[in-house]
Amino acid sequence: MTERTADTPRPVVTGLGVTAPNGLGTQAYWSATLDGKSGLGPITRFDGERYPVRVAGEVTEFDDTEHVPSRLAVQTDHWTHLGLTAAGMALADAGIDPADLPEYRMAVVTAGSSGGTEFGQREIEKLWSQGPQYVGVYQSIAWFYAATTGQISIRYGMRGPCGVICAEQAGGLDAVAQARRLLRQDASMVVTGGTDASLCPYGLVAQMSTGLLSTRDDPERAYLPFDGDACGYVPGEGGAMLIVEGEDTARARGARPYGAIAGYGATFDPRPDHGREPRSNLRRAITLALEEAAVPPDQVDVVFADALGVPAADLAEARAISSVFGPHGVPVTAPKTMTGRLYAGGAALDLASALLSIRDGVIPPTVGTRAAAPAYELDLVRGTARDGPVRKALVLARGHGGFNAALLVTDL
Amino acid sequence: MNHLDTRPAARRRTRARPGTGRPSRARQDRRVVITGIGVAAPGGIGVTSFWDLLTTGRTATRAITLFDATGFRSRIAAECDFDPGAHGLTPRQVRRMDRAAQLGVVSAREALADSGLTPADVPPDRLGVSIGSAVGCTMGLEQEYAVLSDGGREWLVDPAYGVPQLYGYMIPSTIATEIAWTAGAEGPVALISTGCTAGLDSVGHGYQLVKEGTACAVVAGAADAPISPITVACFDAIKATSPSNDDPAHASRPFDLDRNGFVLGEGAAVLVLEERGAALRRGAQVYAEIVGFASRSNAFHMTGLKPDGREMAEAIRDALRQARLRPEDVDYVNAHGSGTRQNDRHETAAFKSALGERAYQIPVSSIKSMIGHSLGAIGSIEVAACALAIRDNVVPPTANLHTTDPECDLDYVPLTARERPLEVVLTVGSGFGGFQTAMLLARERDGLAGRGSGHD
Repeated sequence: MTERTADTPRPVVTGLGVTAPNGLGTQAYWSATLDGKSGLGPITRFDGERYPVRVAGEVTEFDDTEHVPSRLAVQTDHWTHLGLTAAGMALADAGIDPADLPEYRMAVVTAGSSGGTEFGQREIEKLWSQGPQYVGVYQSIAWFYAATTGQISIRYGMRGPCGVICAEQAGGLDAVAQARRLLRQDASMVVTGGTDASLCPYGLVAQMSTGLLSTRDDPERAYLPFDGDACGYVPGEGGAMLIVEGEDTARARGARPYGAIAGYGATFDPRPDHGREPRSNLRRAITLALEEAAVPPDQVDVVFADALGVPAADLAEARAISSVFGPHGVPVTAPKTMTGRLYAGGAALDLASALLSIRDGVIPPTVGTRAAAPAYELDLVRGTARDGPVRKALVLARGHGGFNAALLVTDL
Repeated sequence: MNHLDTRPAARRRTRARPGTGRPSRARQDRRVVITGIGVAAPGGIGVTSFWDLLTTGRTATRAITLFDATGFRSRIAAECDFDPGAHGLTPRQVRRMDRAAQLGVVSAREALADSGLTPADVPPDRLGVSIGSAVGCTMGLEQEYAVLSDGGREWLVDPAYGVPQLYGYMIPSTIATEIAWTAGAEGPVALISTGCTAGLDSVGHGYQLVKEGTACAVVAGAADAPISPITVACFDAIKATSPSNDDPAHASRPFDLDRNGFVLGEGAAVLVLEERGAALRRGAQVYAEIVGFASRSNAFHMTGLKPDGREMAEAIRDALRQARLRPEDVDYVNAHGSGTRQNDRHETAAFKSALGERAYQIPVSSIKSMIGHSLGAIGSIEVAACALAIRDNVVPPTANLHTTDPECDLDYVPLTARERPLEVVLTVGSGFGGFQTAMLLARERDGLAGRGSGHD
C-alpha cells in the first residue's frame, strides 16, 4: 500500500462486462437498453405463483454450465457464475491477459449484498430436512459474501489487495471507489463492480419483507420510478464488472478507455427517528462527487438515478437532484426500469451505462414511467433514448438502511 | 513533511520510499490513532473482562449451548454469555437486530464512551463507520428460515411467517447501519466482508478513510455470531473445526502438535480511529497508532494454503515498508493461529520469510486458543488485544500449547502471559478466498509516533 504521489494518473475504465436481464454481454445489453427493450417478466427460476411478487428481471439467456467450467460451477452460486462471466468479458474487452501483469498489482474488489442465496437455500434445506451430515462441502465457500471476489482472484491469478464492500445497492459505487484507492497505492489494474442473484424462494421472500417490492403482474407497469403511479420496485439479477486502470498504463498498452472516474462521495442517512430537521445526505454525496471532480453542476450532462420507485424515496431523490441542478436542470434517467434493481450489481451496471452513454453520445431511456410527477421537477428521459453529447455523467445509488453514493464519470 | 509531524529530524527514517523516492502528498500524511476500544467476546462482555481472560490465559471454549448440537461433528464453540437487555438494548432493538449486530452495537457503545468522542469533536458528516463481518446476520437468517420453511419442509417458503427485519438479515450491511445509528455517523459507512480477514480489513479501511481525509474519525470494527446450525454444519462438512467434544476447554490448540481444527467463536470488537493531531488536541487517550496495513491474495484455493506463506509474507513486508520499520523493530506478532495444521505451517513460514531471524527472537501468540475463531470478528478483536498489549506491555499467551510441533519452531508464548516492552506489534489474518492481511500498530509517546511511523 505504498502511496503514490500527487501525479497519480487518473483512474480510467478500460473494460466492461455485463450480465443483465435485458442482455448478456455489453453489446446486447446496450442495444436493448437504447431500444427501450425491457428484461422484466414473470419469475421462472422457481414456481412463484403463490407469491404476491411475480415479476422480476432474470438473465434468462444465461446458461450457468455454458459460461462457467463445470468443476467451478458446482462450487459456486448463480450470483458468482454471473460475476465470473462478467469479469471474463470485462478483461477481454480491456484486452488484458492477466498472465502479462504483475501478480501483486492486480486486485479484485466487488460489491456484495446477499451472497449465495440460492445455493444457500438448497444447503440449509438439506440441513433442516435431513441433518447436518447432508450439508455439502462447498456451502462454506459458495454462500459467503466474499465468494465472487475470491473466485475471480483465483481464476486469474490476481494476488493484490482484494476486497468486498457491502452497502446494498450503493455498494457498486463504493467498490469502484475502493478500486480507485488501490490504484493510488500499488495496484495497476482492478477488477471491480458487482453482481447479485437472489431470485430463489427464500431470497425473494426476504426481499418482500421490506414492503418495497412491486406486486403488479404486468411487467410494463410494475416498476415506474418518478411516476405518480409508482408502486415499488422490481428485483433483478446480474450486474456488471469493470476494469479500472491508471490512465498512463492504459494508454501505454494502447487501450481505449471509456472514461475517467472523476469524483465520488458517500454519505449515510441519520436514523429514521433521529428527530432532527430533515436534510438530504444524498444531496451531500452529489456535491462531494462534483467538488472532488471540480465540475460545476451545469457541466453534468446526465444523472443516472437510483430510482427506487417508492413515492417518498423518489421525491427525496428528485429534491436532491433539483436542489443541485435546478428544477428540470439536467436530464435524468433510470435504465434499471428495464432490468429491475440488481442490488450489488445495480450501481455497477448503471456505471457501465453511463460510460457507454459517454462513448456513444446518447442517453438511454427510462421505460414504463409515463410522466414524471410534476412535483418532482425532473427532466426525465422517457420512452426513447435521447441523442446528444455526453461528457460527464453522474451515477446515484442508495442502499437499504441509509447508504448514499454518487460517482461522476467523465470523457477523456 | 506534514505540519503535524513534530518529530526531530534525527528520529525520522530518511530512507527513500520504495519505488518512488518522493514524499507522499500532504493529504495522505494524516496519522491515525486508536482512542477507544469496545469488545464483546467469549468469556466476558467489555474490555476489562476480555483482557483479564487473555492475560490470565483462561479459555472460553465449551460445549455449544446456543442450539442443540446433537448429531454434529463439532459440538463445541467459544460462546458469549450475552444478555442484550442487560447491556442496554431495548426490546425493540433486540427484536430488530441479529445477534451479530447486537454484539457490535454494544461494543460500539463501549468504544465511543471510552474514547470520549462527541459530536462537538467530530460532526456527523465527518464521522465514518467501517464494520467487518464474514457471515453477517446468519443466525437471524437461519432462525427465520426454519420458521418460513417449517423446518426445511417447504422449498417455497411461506411469506406469511416473514418478520419485517428479514431482509435486514439477508444483507450484512445491516450491522454497519445499526452501528452508524449508534454512533450518529453520517459520513462514509461500509460493511467489509472479506471472510475471515474482514475484521482486519475493516479496521484497515477505516484507517485509510482517516488517513486520506475522507473522514476525521471512523468507528471501525467487526461482528460475527456464527454459532448457528448452518455455519457449524458447513465447517463440519470440510472438517475444519475441532471434534474434541469431550474436552472443549482444551480444544483450541494453535501451534500444538495435537491440534485438530479451529473452534468456532463469536463476538465483536469496535475501535474509535481518529486523526492523530485532532485526538491529541482534544486530550484523548491514545492506545496506539496504526502505522501499516496491507493485504494480498494467494489466488491459489478458496480454503487451501500453500505451506510457504508467500502472500502473507508479502503483505507483512508491504506493511513494514509503509511504516518504515525493519523486522527488528517488531516486538510481538499476534498470529492468525486458527489451530489448523495448514494454517500454523503457513504463517510460521510467512513470519520467517518476512521477518527473518527476528521471527525467532520475538513472541508469537494466538488468542484464538482462548476465545476461538469468530470468523470476521476476530480480526478486530485481535487489533483490540494488540492495542491493550501495547498499553500494558503484556503479551497474551497461546493457551493449550503443551506439545511442540517440529514444523512450528517459533516462540509461541505457551500458557502464560509475558511482560515485555512493546513498541511495535504486528497482527495478521488469513481467510477463505485466499486473503492475507497484515497490520502494524505502534506505541504513541509524547507526541512522537512509534519508531519509524513513516510519514516524512
